[in-house]
Amino acid sequence: MTSMSKPFIDKHLPKNKLGLSVRNYEGVMSTLCAGCGHDSVTAALVQAFWELDLAPESAAKVSGIGCSSKTTAYFMGQSHGINCVHGRMPSVATGANAANGELNYIGISGDGDSLSIGFGQFAHAIRRNLNMLYILENNGVYGLTKGQFSAAADYGSKSKKGVENDQMPIDPCVQALTLGAGFVARAFSGDKSQLVPLIKAGLKHKGFALIDVISPCVTFNDHKGSTKSYAHTYKYYHPLVHTDFVAHADEVTGSYDKDGAMRVTMQDGGELFLRKTESNYDPRDRAQAIETLLMNKTEGEIRTGLLYLNSDLPDMQAANKLPKIPLNQVPYERLTPGKAALAKLQSRYR
Amino acid sequence: MKDLVDVSGEVRVNDFVIKIGNVNGTGSASANGLLMKAIFRMGVPVVGKNLFPSNIQGLPTWYEIRLTKDGYMARSGTAEFIVAMNAETYKQDLAEVSPGGFLLYDSTWPRPDLHAREDVTAIGVPLARLVNAAFDNARTRVLMKNMAYVGAVAGLTGLDVEVIRGLVKEMFGTKEHLIDANMKAIGLGLDYVREHFADPLPLRIEPMDKTAGHIMIDGNTAAALGCVYAGATFGAWYPITPSTSLMDGFKGFCEKFRVDPETGEKNFCIIQGEDELASVGMAIGAGWNGARAFTPTSGPGISLMSEFIGFAYYGEVPVVLFDVQRAGPSTGLPTRTQQCDITLAAYASHGDTKHILLFPANPKECFEMAVQSFDIAERFQAPVFFMTDLDIGMNDWMIPELEWDDSYQPDRGKVLTADEIESLEKFYRYEDRDGDAIPWRTLPGTHPKGAYFTRGSGHNWKGGYTEDSDEYKEVLDRLTTKWKNAANAVPAPVITRCGQNARRAIISVGGCDGAVLEALDRFAENGVNLDYLRVRGFPFNAEVDQFIEQYDEVFVVEQNRDGQLRSLLVNETEAPKHKLVSILDYAGMAANPKFIIEGISAHLEALGDVA
Repeated sequence: MTSMSKPFIDKHLPKNKLGLSVRNYEGVMSTLCAGCGHDSVTAALVQAFWELDLAPESAAKVSGIGCSSKTTAYFMGQSHGINCVHGRMPSVATGANAANGELNYIGISGDGDSLSIGFGQFAHAIRRNLNMLYILENNGVYGLTKGQFSAAADYGSKSKKGVENDQMPIDPCVQALTLGAGFVARAFSGDKSQLVPLIKAGLKHKGFALIDVISPCVTFNDHKGSTKSYAHTYKYYHPLVHTDFVAHADEVTGSYDKDGAMRVTMQDGGELFLRKTESNYDPRDRAQAIETLLMNKTEGEIRTGLLYLNSDLPDMQAANKLPKIPLNQVPYERLTPGKAALAKLQSRYR
Repeated sequence: MKDLVDVSGEVRVNDFVIKIGNVNGTGSASANGLLMKAIFRMGVPVVGKNLFPSNIQGLPTWYEIRLTKDGYMARSGTAEFIVAMNAETYKQDLAEVSPGGFLLYDSTWPRPDLHAREDVTAIGVPLARLVNAAFDNARTRVLMKNMAYVGAVAGLTGLDVEVIRGLVKEMFGTKEHLIDANMKAIGLGLDYVREHFADPLPLRIEPMDKTAGHIMIDGNTAAALGCVYAGATFGAWYPITPSTSLMDGFKGFCEKFRVDPETGEKNFCIIQGEDELASVGMAIGAGWNGARAFTPTSGPGISLMSEFIGFAYYGEVPVVLFDVQRAGPSTGLPTRTQQCDITLAAYASHGDTKHILLFPANPKECFEMAVQSFDIAERFQAPVFFMTDLDIGMNDWMIPELEWDDSYQPDRGKVLTADEIESLEKFYRYEDRDGDAIPWRTLPGTHPKGAYFTRGSGHNWKGGYTEDSDEYKEVLDRLTTKWKNAANAVPAPVITRCGQNARRAIISVGGCDGAVLEALDRFAENGVNLDYLRVRGFPFNAEVDQFIEQYDEVFVVEQNRDGQLRSLLVNETEAPKHKLVSILDYAGMAANPKFIIEGISAHLEALGDVA
């Protein structure tokens, strides 16, 4: 089979500031299973990009291998995408970002791609504070190879065949926090109202923005005894911080400040409003964020939202003092020292 | 005054080897470099080889300096004068001195056993005693002992002390106290040998005029300079011997030439990856996004990068890989040289993959071919392997000065601009519009109509996912054509004919060049007629096929155990297998002509043939 494009009809759909409808932000037809959580994430990405009025070609989509990685073909067909080798998307994103930091880098990965084969690259991209939105579509299972546990599967969670997982899980949010990520969020594919603002905020965050999205696998991990099923997630998920993102400060309505929301101005412009559901939680306290996540583990709670934010860290571009003009556009004349310099330089080798 | 005995009875001028044995980590590199550069400044062609252990401190290390009035580029395989500064290797060093040669040792501690060989003259100079009396600090004493043997060698061979003084001044600049201390140490050795030995050695260094217009530079530095002149802006790497100095060089040159003096902005980006997989992934990401990108590595790195290399091949992403080869297999001998990644690189990665390889033979070609590698990678939208080795990369070679033509413009290949995309009805990434098997590409962010999806999974000419057999095969077949066409883009082979209607010839590659050329001179002196072709690129240029066809037999000279270049010739040319005879050296040392002369002579003798 080959990929299928969708019929394009958007006559009656609302347009954003660029005169585009959400249809302009879609890609080819998804080939994932009906009801897959990943398709909801794809829809949220389309919505977020459309709402932010971003030109579709301003995105660069990067992914590795797996069901989640396939989804980069399903949104923003008018932007470049690269679907590389298993677990190595962060390195490709790093090089691409170094070549041109002006694009919006969106990495889509899964729990196998990021936490097993690509655990090292995941960690080191965070350490470099690569400016990208990194969405980890987490279903605790390997789908394309038919249902093996992933490294995110909870201890004691049952496979479709009833086998209990006897290894401890890797929590990508805890890992990201310990590695110094400036934007760490957890979401649920079943709650678009939470996910869309998080994606918008993550895109605007200058630095590494992780959203770990619990995204159930309807075929291999949606049964009783699984801790990554729709039923389980609906039952235990608990938004800790509500996030609203407003792209332009002039659009901010008065209500935010009144209800005690925390207001954060993003480096790229736009305002972030964080509303806590628990009075003692401070999303700027890294230690508390880690403690909360570890505590959740024992309680079985799935706390979601923007768990941690620090927008003061220099990103990879800044740390490497890269020029304002993207490296891939610096004219050759500025890169070559020329004939005279070569002649002069060689005196040191005589 | 003691007379030195010249057992060989001949005076050799500017044609012998000084080999210095030392302990790793004692700072002898600068003393040895000083010696070599002083000889070079006297106008005498030199070959320098550093034989060093995979160790930071304590293991034995040697430095060989060959003075070669005839301007040969290889080791000679002899050791007429050994400066033995490591008691651990005295025995080995004494055994290695060529008959009639000399051994200089530190006689602070008497070693009568070093005088055991009748055909070798052992020269005792109490270096430690002299230096300890003149310097207080322990570390200084170690360093100055090295300078003291430089002085002793100068005194024994006629090396010009004023030339040495000039170099020491350049080395330390305005630090007068260091210049004084080093010259004092050199004087200790020099004065001692002048006082105690009546004549200098029959191994004489005399001024010549054969190094003008030349420089001494290592291949990694030259390749790094090539990357700068090629306009490479992105390099990712993971430290590995013997490639590390390539990125060190690139960084140094970029800091010098690519930093905006006003803003401090850097027109380059160097990332030290977490491993080789990440390093090549980064270079591929940057190449995909339109930056000239590379990664320097060695064999173990290529093994790790293989999956990504296949991705770049199939997705058609330009990237340059510098493979500074070292002896394998596995960790192998990290500080020894070989040409053992030839077949690995040619077919790296699973599935049907074939790559473009360039083979420099010396630092001059490293500079030039580094530039060509980027042009070819972008023209052919493919990974390009720059196949160098430890000997070329890490040793200082005497080469003609590097030249640059300011009219050079990088060949960025087929990249569509926003306007060009706009004028197209539709853009398809893998469409062969020009019939040359090279499709047009677009860079991310240029134009919404130019968007496409790069994937390692099956795709058709439109760039869409496919599992359709015909669509899949169409792309694979175009890739074969594209690769074959690269045969005319890689550097053409260099052919040297003896002019005597030779029936036999040599084919070789890379750093064997110097040894082959020297062997050819010896063969010619003995009436053995051989022509010579040096391969410089893969896929093989048609000339390679035509060359082989002209001879009854072709000796394939290379530095690995399995005859990897020969395997490629068997595989990728029409040459009959029996015609290609392997002449191999896989000892891990820089090539010398001996294995070629002995290997070919033995073959000819067995045939009862001479030419």
